[in-house]
Amino acid sequence: MKHIAQKKISNPPTFNTLPKAATGIQGLDEITGGGLPRGRSTLVSGGAGSGKTLFGLEFLVRGATQFGETGVFISFEESIPDLAKNVASLGFDLDRLVAEKKLFVDHVSITRSELGETGEYDLEGLFIRIADAIERVGARRVVLDTLETLFGELPSPGIVRAEIRRLFDWLKQKGLTSIITAERDQPDKLTKHGIEEFVSDCVILLDHRIREEISTRRLRIIKYRGSTHGTNEYPFLIDDQGISVLPISSLGLDHDAPDERVSSGISRLDGMLGGKGFYRGSSILASGTAGTGKTTIAACFVDAACRRGERALFFAFEESPQQILRNMRSIGIDLEPWVKKGLLQFHAARPTYGGIEQVLLLTHKGITSFKPSVVVVDPVTNLLMVSTQNEVRSMLTRLVDFLKTQGITSIFTSLTAAGSLEASEADVSSLMDTWLLLKNIEVGGERNRALYVLKSRGMEHSNQIREFVLTDDGLRLLDVYLGAEGVLTGSARVSQEMREKAVATFRSQELETQRRELERKRRIFEARMVMLRAEFEAEEEIIHQTITESELLGEEVMQDRGQMVLSRQADTSSYKKEGRAKTAPVR
Amino acid sequence: MVWNPRLNVAGQTPKSVRAFDNLKAMYEEHLKGRYQIEVIDLRENPQLARGDRIIAIPTLVRRLSLPLRTIVGDLSNSILLLVGMDLRKVG
Repeated sequence: MKHIAQKKISNPPTFNTLPKAATGIQGLDEITGGGLPRGRSTLVSGGAGSGKTLFGLEFLVRGATQFGETGVFISFEESIPDLAKNVASLGFDLDRLVAEKKLFVDHVSITRSELGETGEYDLEGLFIRIADAIERVGARRVVLDTLETLFGELPSPGIVRAEIRRLFDWLKQKGLTSIITAERDQPDKLTKHGIEEFVSDCVILLDHRIREEISTRRLRIIKYRGSTHGTNEYPFLIDDQGISVLPISSLGLDHDAPDERVSSGISRLDGMLGGKGFYRGSSILASGTAGTGKTTIAACFVDAACRRGERALFFAFEESPQQILRNMRSIGIDLEPWVKKGLLQFHAARPTYGGIEQVLLLTHKGITSFKPSVVVVDPVTNLLMVSTQNEVRSMLTRLVDFLKTQGITSIFTSLTAAGSLEASEADVSSLMDTWLLLKNIEVGGERNRALYVLKSRGMEHSNQIREFVLTDDGLRLLDVYLGAEGVLTGSARVSQEMREKAVATFRSQELETQRRELERKRRIFEARMVMLRAEFEAEEEIIHQTITESELLGEEVMQDRGQMVLSRQADTSSYKKEGRAKTAPVR
Repeated sequence: MVWNPRLNVAGQTPKSVRAFDNLKAMYEEHLKGRYQIEVIDLRENPQLARGDRIIAIPTLVRRLSLPLRTIVGDLSNSILLLVGMDLRKVG
């Protein structure tokens, strides 16, 4: 995945040179800034079943397998076969490590009933056994699992106490990095017999509590002399890969903000988002009431990512993967090929199964192992079922920060109760870069889906509502009409479309009629022109004829008159005055 | 029968020497000639500590019959020692 910035999670700054021994326990080394104090003792305290033994064993197993440091495990409670059996379920092959001389396990058992005491004694025998074990494998790490058992099994607590103190000094003197576990039976005390006073370097408390029927495991570093450390309670998980602690404070707000854009898988939605889609590495919230198509939006995005050849991880907290695949297939989005190709992975679980920390850790682990470039959490609101708003918010903050440091684009769907659309639950919206709001619009006795971009940081985005329609071949975004009662969708939109079409047809018909009328008028006009011209020409000709005739006539008359005048000797002037005489005045 | 107790020590410490002396005195008094004390220095044979499940020093292991019985301490209280070793009735 070249897109994902493989950025190392930043450690809290350390201002000292205290050498540390990495535990290899996921997350713990980040909280402690490198591991447990090297060459010193760490007290791991916790109630029954809090994971102390496992903590110690994992420290040794990882030391032997990952850091080349052999170890010795002294068990005061469980027998060696029991231990091997218990950790086999976590993927640790204790017997093999013992056979390879990377680990030495000794079971120290004493039974009070077989033991008598008379006079002074010391625990030199135990020292010899530990020293022998260390020598056998060249151990650098030692775990004493529930050392305080000695108090119950040996007489004279005063002697035991003094000897335990001597043991701590001895371990330190030998430069062994050691873990001593202790059982905590009262909330105000760390250990039953107060051995914490001998351990001055590092104290870790493991806690396993049940709240509202859901168990959560937490780890807290009470003391770490000479080193900065996270002071919070960190949730941790025990699963088939051992312990994972979730570092919270080690995540900062210093992630990259890539300019690269990724398609949402819906081209019109990309159009609404400045034409290019989401920013890579951003977080997107798709919120809406039931049945508005939140999962579909997420599925489109996943589909687009897989088409680009990227990996996608889908956390389904509501539906089974098969159900999602079937439902998406019904609207033409076939995700199954991506699952088969290994590009898409589903993690489906009800959050009630293990509590919020477990959910967070599972998402973390899934993301770290699969390395996706796209993550879907569907829906985040289901987490509220197992925890309080505050915790969900803090968990999501951690998750979003983590995703951003990894450069993973993420979609979170959120189910909102009808009526409180913008009051997105758990106030998660402020964590998100882009917020798509999906709603049902009721018009004309129908519910139709609409989508709009409520916010999108750092890009121009459309302010318009789009109707979205789920069809057999995918999701389509359509324009909506603004009417008197707000936006028109569904059949109201269709009828509006038809009305507009009718009006348009009518208009074009009218125009056509007018155009024809004009043409007709032009023809009439032209015809008339021709006729008028013809009439005019005819008249003109007649007039011309008349003029010519009368001119000819005039000349004849004049000639005749002239002759008459000449013949009568008439006064020419009187003749002129009267014009042409029709009759001769004098006959 | 011969008593064959095993005393686990770690070097010549005052406690170990005291324990050996106390044990020997007791056998001399009650079972003279019928005992053989085996002293194990765990510093030289640390693996034996694991076998006899020893953590305290000195530890006396009575090996005659099961259950294995162990007594820790310098054996300074002889009455308790006798009870512990089932020797009172023998004596």
